[in-house]
Amino acid sequence: MNPELIVFVIFAVASLAGAMTMVTARNPVFSAMGLLVAMFSMAVFYVLNDAHFVAAVQVIIYAGAVMTLFLFVIMLIGVDRAEDTTEQIPFQRPIALALGAGLFLAVLLAGWAGKEAWVTGRGSTQPDGALGTIENVSEQLFGTWLLPFEATILLLTIAAVGTVALAQFFDEPRESAVAAVPAGAGDAGSDE
Amino acid sequence: MTVDVGWYMALAAALFTIGAIGLLVRRNVLVMFMSIELMLNAVNLTFVAAGRELNVLEGQLSVLFVMVVAAAEVTVGLAIIVAVFRRRATASVDELSGLRG
Repeated sequence: MNPELIVFVIFAVASLAGAMTMVTARNPVFSAMGLLVAMFSMAVFYVLNDAHFVAAVQVIIYAGAVMTLFLFVIMLIGVDRAEDTTEQIPFQRPIALALGAGLFLAVLLAGWAGKEAWVTGRGSTQPDGALGTIENVSEQLFGTWLLPFEATILLLTIAAVGTVALAQFFDEPRESAVAAVPAGAGDAGSDE
Repeated sequence: MTVDVGWYMALAAALFTIGAIGLLVRRNVLVMFMSIELMLNAVNLTFVAAGRELNVLEGQLSVLFVMVVAAAEVTVGLAIIVAVFRRRATASVDELSGLRG
């Protein structure tokens, strides 16, 4: 038993359990905790795959910032709201499970069947070693990929401005918004 | 290569499938959003594993860009959810039927 296999098995089980918890938990907070476990396991897989910097970013951004944001919104919206489990579409759950199983098998088949390797392509001639060190990543990121990197700055700025705009627009015209959509408008319009 | 890259791919496929099922089954819009995040993470894992198999760095750089886009997506998505909740006081997608034809 080599150490990487042991670590892989432990965190594979942990990530699958976390993902299942996320889907099945009734309470959204438990769902967030399950997703947190899955994301932390993902950081461990990144370390196993020589992606040290990406693993650090995963823990800081996903397990830190994004999950904090999720928990914040869950607390804001209300935890004690029970989810309505009556099915609006008949047989929604069995069909969803069957589609999911089909998707899983299709992905496995597409990835593996008929080929001798999962990953094909032009590999690098660089010697093996620590691939994702901060030095290597930054050399590529600020060299070859500088323009996409600067484009992400624009994207993040737009996202921040859009969030502020959403909060502003939905705060002020509360009465006018309610007046524009009278009660029962959705039912009346459904006949057309 | 002590753990074959195929195991990482299979695990990523399983996680992606769980996320897709969660997106189809759950009604709480927050849990559906978390399912999308799980699917993004599963795809990131395939990028990193493939990059290690080929011994190239581009897989990890793709993951960094996916993370940035996902962070922007989470910010805007949660803002929309909060805005909808303020007007409709619900987090269930079944009750958000204002656009039905």
